[in-house]
Amino acid sequence: MTGSTAPPAPFTGRVGRADAAFRYATIAAGLVVLVVLGAIAVTTVRRALPAFDLMGFRFLTSSRWDPNADQFGAKAFLYGSLVASAIALVIAVPVSIGIALFTTQVVPARWRRPIIYTVDLLAVVPSVVFGLWGILVFAKVVPGFYDNIASAVHPIPGLRSLFGSSHGRSYMTAGVILAVMITPIITSLAREVIDTCSPSDREGAYALGATRWEMICGVVLPHAKNGLVGAVMLGLGRAMGETIAVALVIGSANNISANLFASGDALPARIANEWGEAEGNWRAALIGLAVTLFAVTILVNLLAAFIVNRSTAKSQGAR
Amino acid sequence: MLTAADLAPRRSRRTVTNTAMTVLMALSVVAILVPLAAVLYTVVSKGASQLSPDFLTKDIPIVTRQKGPGIGPAIIGTVLITTVAAVMAVPVGILAAIYLNEYSAGSRLGKIVRFMATVMTGVPSVVMGLFVYVLYTLRFKQNAFGGSLALAFLMLPIIIRSTEEMLKLVPNNLREASAALGARRSRTILTVSLPAALPGVVSGCLLAIARAAGETAPILFVVGATNTVNANMFNGVNTALSAQIFTNAQQPFAGAQARAWGAAFTLLSLAFLVTLAARLITARFALKR
Repeated sequence: MTGSTAPPAPFTGRVGRADAAFRYATIAAGLVVLVVLGAIAVTTVRRALPAFDLMGFRFLTSSRWDPNADQFGAKAFLYGSLVASAIALVIAVPVSIGIALFTTQVVPARWRRPIIYTVDLLAVVPSVVFGLWGILVFAKVVPGFYDNIASAVHPIPGLRSLFGSSHGRSYMTAGVILAVMITPIITSLAREVIDTCSPSDREGAYALGATRWEMICGVVLPHAKNGLVGAVMLGLGRAMGETIAVALVIGSANNISANLFASGDALPARIANEWGEAEGNWRAALIGLAVTLFAVTILVNLLAAFIVNRSTAKSQGAR
Repeated sequence: MLTAADLAPRRSRRTVTNTAMTVLMALSVVAILVPLAAVLYTVVSKGASQLSPDFLTKDIPIVTRQKGPGIGPAIIGTVLITTVAAVMAVPVGILAAIYLNEYSAGSRLGKIVRFMATVMTGVPSVVMGLFVYVLYTLRFKQNAFGGSLALAFLMLPIIIRSTEEMLKLVPNNLREASAALGARRSRTILTVSLPAALPGVVSGCLLAIARAAGETAPILFVVGATNTVNANMFNGVNTALSAQIFTNAQQPFAGAQARAWGAAFTLLSLAFLVTLAARLITARFALKR
């Protein structure tokens, strides 16, 4: 063989060194992500150790949070975080999927962009502005609604304990505000997975005589199922980590109640509200709350990323 | 025998279901527009009236119940903290994205970094705030630079992800043409790939900045609060619009609440302007899918 098949010689000398240096700079920048995530885990756990030592497992299982007596049980805040996020998901998931389906399957193409941009505006509104609106406007309007619902369901035994008396700041208020905040995220992710559905599958369903809704149920939703679950999980992660809006509207009460209209507290909200006055073990306990929150959100996000990765790999494989 | 009535479209159960579900989908769009409109309306109606040259420039009153005069230090704080954060996060984020898209092809490290960047977007801002507190504030006291660090960490993964998406859209034959002309790898990236992707990259960075400007929790922990302008990043407490909204929202006094609405209007306007710029750049210049 006469023609040389050897790869071109790498650049040498000053030029080669500059080239390599640039490559290493980009690798270093990529490593920043790993270093920061690792450092978050290590440094915050170390600072939270005094509180973990003090409380042991009771840090998660006790609901007694009394800084003056060195008692730090986070159960009520875990409960509040879960309840508020659950309410948010119950509201936001159907709405988000509805919007995603409406923009991708129903409206003509030139209407898509205006609707999407408008929904995305919500993502630009800072969480503290939602909180301000929540505490000064929304929480003052809702007690009337809550009382109506409470008296309407009062004769029904199961619902009576869920919907009781209230003043405006409650799990439900926080859940509704969270729902508004996570809707744009879930919507945009849902839109992406729904868009990957192949037009020929959809046209096939129409050719068999399906109505639009039957086509969506038979083709689009089964295709997008995994991706949608991932989108919902990411929304859940956001809702659990959301701090300031919740801190303003959940009521800041160390309370575990089945009544969704009662005041409670959430992990991040408790940190934001108490950090300024905390010292010593109290401060360690608040960092402990952050560690708990970090662990929970990382878990939720890992799960979401895993599900989304699997679903995209699948849909690409099918093409 | 066929009659006209048989041929006319009938409203079967199927078409009724279909119409009902279409209406529900349309209603879900309405359901999200209502809170958006309500929030924007309140912020504009209560906040815009607060705006005046004094409000934008004067110091924050020490007695919170007092009306007026201003939130100047918070505006300066927000701009200062966010700008420095962007100066730190943008280059690192773009370099990391270059690594992911141009160098890491198939490598295990690349996959891990990409996955972890996705995970990092999910780290709550309150955790990032405490992390910077432990890492930086314990040693160097509360100051504006700590806030910048926290915001930079929050922006970084968003910038990495959006920049990588944009670099992916650059057609490969541009890179090949450059390599055929004898350009080395780094030169191809800096003079061909990156410029081709630049509008989209800028737009992604602007969106990350708009999000970061509204973050509150880290500011509360690592920046502190003050009533006067502090232009020194590294010495002494500072403040930001978001933190001012948070503290004033919890006050029962009309003066404090009015300031909160005014600050919210200012912050929202800033965030919308930056987002609008990003959208215009995308629509006008960016590579399309």
